[in-house]
Amino acid sequence: MATKLKEVDAVIVGLGWTGGILAKELSEAGLKVVALERGAPRSTQEDFQVPQVRDELRYVTRNELIMNVQRDTLTIRNNPSQEALPMRRLGSFLPGDGVGGSGVHWSGHTWRWGDDELKIRGRYEERYGRKYIPEDMTIQDWGITYAELEPYYDKFEYVAAVSGKAGNLQGKIIPGGNPFEAPRRRDYALPPLTPILSQEMFRKAATELGYHPFPRPSANASRAYTNPDGAKFGACQYCGHCQKFGCEANAKGSAHITVIPAAMKSPNFELRTHTWVTKVLKDSSGKQVTGVTYTNVLSGEEFEQPAQMVLLCAYALNNVHLMLLSGIGEMYDPKTQKGVVGRNYCYQTGASATLFFEGRNFNPFMNAGGSSTTIDDFNANWEHDRSKHGGYVGGFIVAGSFNTALPIGYRPVPSGTPPWGTAWKAATAKWYQTAMQVGMSGSVAANRYNHLDLDPTYRNAFGLPLMRMTFDYKENEHKIGRHAVQVINDIAKSMNPTRLNPAVARESWSVVPYQSTHNTGGTSMGTDPRTSAVNKYCQSWECHNLFTVGANVFAQNAVYNPTGPVGALAYWTADAIKSKYLKNPRALV
Amino acid sequence: MKEDGFDRRSFLKGAVVGGAAAVASSLPKPSEAQPKADAPPPPPAAYAFLNPEEAAFVEAVVDHMIPADEHSPKGSDLGLAVFIDRSLASGWGKGERLYLQGPWKAGAPNQGYQLPLTPAELYRAGIAASNAACVKAHGKRFDKLGAAEREAFLMDLRAGKVNFDGGLPSRVFFAALYQNVMEGMFSDPIYGGNRNKAGWKMIGFPGVIAVHYQNVEKFRDKQYKVDPVSIQDMS
Repeated sequence: MATKLKEVDAVIVGLGWTGGILAKELSEAGLKVVALERGAPRSTQEDFQVPQVRDELRYVTRNELIMNVQRDTLTIRNNPSQEALPMRRLGSFLPGDGVGGSGVHWSGHTWRWGDDELKIRGRYEERYGRKYIPEDMTIQDWGITYAELEPYYDKFEYVAAVSGKAGNLQGKIIPGGNPFEAPRRRDYALPPLTPILSQEMFRKAATELGYHPFPRPSANASRAYTNPDGAKFGACQYCGHCQKFGCEANAKGSAHITVIPAAMKSPNFELRTHTWVTKVLKDSSGKQVTGVTYTNVLSGEEFEQPAQMVLLCAYALNNVHLMLLSGIGEMYDPKTQKGVVGRNYCYQTGASATLFFEGRNFNPFMNAGGSSTTIDDFNANWEHDRSKHGGYVGGFIVAGSFNTALPIGYRPVPSGTPPWGTAWKAATAKWYQTAMQVGMSGSVAANRYNHLDLDPTYRNAFGLPLMRMTFDYKENEHKIGRHAVQVINDIAKSMNPTRLNPAVARESWSVVPYQSTHNTGGTSMGTDPRTSAVNKYCQSWECHNLFTVGANVFAQNAVYNPTGPVGALAYWTADAIKSKYLKNPRALV
Repeated sequence: MKEDGFDRRSFLKGAVVGGAAAVASSLPKPSEAQPKADAPPPPPAAYAFLNPEEAAFVEAVVDHMIPADEHSPKGSDLGLAVFIDRSLASGWGKGERLYLQGPWKAGAPNQGYQLPLTPAELYRAGIAASNAACVKAHGKRFDKLGAAEREAFLMDLRAGKVNFDGGLPSRVFFAALYQNVMEGMFSDPIYGGNRNKAGWKMIGFPGVIAVHYQNVEKFRDKQYKVDPVSIQDMS
C-alpha cells in the first residue's frame, strides 16, 4: 500500500531542462513544488571532473549518463504487421537519466523552429496545394505562432548561453548569419565559437556553390558568461568530449548549472531523486488529475504524492509512456486513426560523407559540441521549391563539423580498407587526423502508421507494460534522403578530397547504431482535441491540471535539433500557468 | 602501475590547469616520451573470467587482428586480452545494462540484439562454438591454426558464413568480439588495454588533457603533437 504524502501545489515528473525551468518559475511564484527525478543527483564538481570525465569507454561506449534499459525500455518494430521486440541494449537514441536529464550530455545545438514548422499544414497547402500532402501524412498546425514564442526563445537562449551569429535581426538580413532564420529581437547571447578547419573548408566550398553557410547556434559558451539568473559559465575549451559527456568547464548550457540550482534556492522547492513515477492519478470524474504514485528505487517503497497540478517533464518518450500508463487521453490506433496519445511519433533522418585529405590536419580531438558550419538552403529557405525534388515536405540541413570524434567510435578509413592487421593500422594512423565529414540532418513528417502505444507482452521492472514504438521512414523521407546525399556528395566532390566515402541515404530505420536522441510527438499539440493531446499551452485537453512539456508535444519533427522549442515552450507554459491558469484553473483553450 | 619509467607528474604540473573554466592552452610537447625500444616486457596476463582455452582463443584473436609491426606491439602485449577479460568479469559483462527478460524471438536485423545472453555468456558460447567449427574444418582449435587459416576463419565469421552448431548466430558473436578489440585498443589504459597508450600514440590522439581554447585557432591545419596523457597519469 502506497504511503500518502501531504498535498503540494505542483508535482514535476523529471528534472531536466523543462522540469528545471518550471521548477524555478513556479517555486519563485510562490507555489509549493516537488520534483520527482528517477535518477541520481548530479553536479559538475562531484561528477564531471578531469581526468575521470574524459573516459570514452565509460560515457560513450557504455552510456554512463543514459537510461538503463535493464529497468525500463521500449519494444520496437518498423510497421504494425511486425511483432515488436524489446530494445535490449541502447542504440539509436539515448535518453538521459538523472538530475539535468539529457541536457547534461547534449551537444548544445539550439535552433528556433519558425512558422514553417508551427503552421506546417497551412503553409504547404498554401504554397503547393492541398493535394501535395499525401493522405497518410498526418501533419497538422500546432496552434501556436512564432511571434508568440519569440520572447521565450530569446529567454532560453540567454539562460543557456547560446553562441551564434544572428542572420535576421528584426527583419534585417545580417551577413554571416543564417539568412533564412526567423526574425529575432536581438543577437545571440554570445558570439560564435572559433571555427575549426573542417568548418572553414566547408564554408568556402558551400559559398562557392552559392549556398549560405553560417556557424551553428550552440549552447557552448564561446567565452566566460554570466546568465540573467546569475549562473556562471566558463569558456568552452574545445575539449572534444561533448556529446554524451558532462562538461567540467560549465561551458555547456545545462539545467544542472542554471535553472535547477536557481530553483533549489527557493524554500518552496523540494527535489526527490531516485523516485520513479509509475502513474498519474485521476479523480472520479476523470477530468482532473490528483497527483502521482511513485516508487523510491533505493528502498522499493511506494508513495502517493497528491498535487493540485501535475507537470510531466521527463524525456519525450517517457512523458508519452506515463500518459498511456495513466489512461489520460485515448490511446491512438493507426487502423481507425482514433485516439490521440501515441499519435504523430516522429524521428529524424541523416547521412554523411567522409572526405580524406592527404596533408591536412583536422585535429579531430579539438572541437566543441557546436563546431559546425551549416547551410539551411534546403530547409528554412521557403524559396527552395520542394516540388522540383520529388515533392517532399520538410527538408534537410548540411554541415561540415566535428563533435566528439574519439577513437573507439571515430576511426575513418577509405572504403576497401581491411578490418584489421598491419594495413588497417597503417590506414587508421594515416587518416585519423586527415579526414573530415560532411553530413546532413533531415526532417520526418508525421505519418498515420508511425506511433507509440503499450506493448501487449513485455514489461518493465515495475511490472508495467513497456511502450511500443512503431516507426519507419516513409516515401517522404526517402525523397529527402536522396536529394540530401546528392547535395552532400556534390559539395564533397567540389572540395577535391584525396579519397571520398560518399554519403548513402538511409533505407529503413534500425534500432542500431546510434543516430540521434531527437524523438518527438506522441502527445501532439494542436487545435483539435480529436487529433492532439494538448493545447497550445501544453495543457492536456482531457485533464486541465495536467501539463506536459517536452518534444512529445511536437506535431512533427523538423530538421533542427529539438531543444530550442523545448526550452521556449517550458518558459511559455510557465508563463501561461502563472498569468492565466492559477487565477482561474480551467482549460485555457 | 609504473608504465614506462617516465615521470609525468612534473609534466602535468605545468600543462594542466585543473578545475572549471581553465583558459590556458596546453603546450605541445615533443614526443620525447615515446615508449623506449628496451621498455620492460609486460607481466604475464592473469585472468578473472576467461578459462585457459578461452584465454588462448582471445589472445590468438587479438594477436592476429593487432600484429606486432612498426605501428604497435601485438594485441596481447597491449593488454587487449586482459581488457576483454576484465570487461567480461565486470558488471558490463554480466549484463547490467541489458534488458534480459523473455520471451525470446530472433527478430529482424533492425530490432537489434535479441539473444538471452549476457556478454560473458555470449563469449563462453561463442568461443566454444568457434573452436568446434575450427576443429571440424581443420582438426584444430583456433589458437592452434596458422595465420592464413586464422585470417580465413575470422573473415568468414565476420561475413556470417560460419554456422555454429547449436544455433548461436556467429555474426553476433563476431560483432561483440571486434567491438571489444577496438575498445581495448583505444580506451583509456585504466581498463587494462591500450598499454603505454600505444593505440593513442599510433593515431596521435592526445588523451584526457584537452584545454584547447587557444589551440583551436593556433593549431588549425597544423599538427598537434603531444605525448598522450591518461587518467592514471593525471591521478
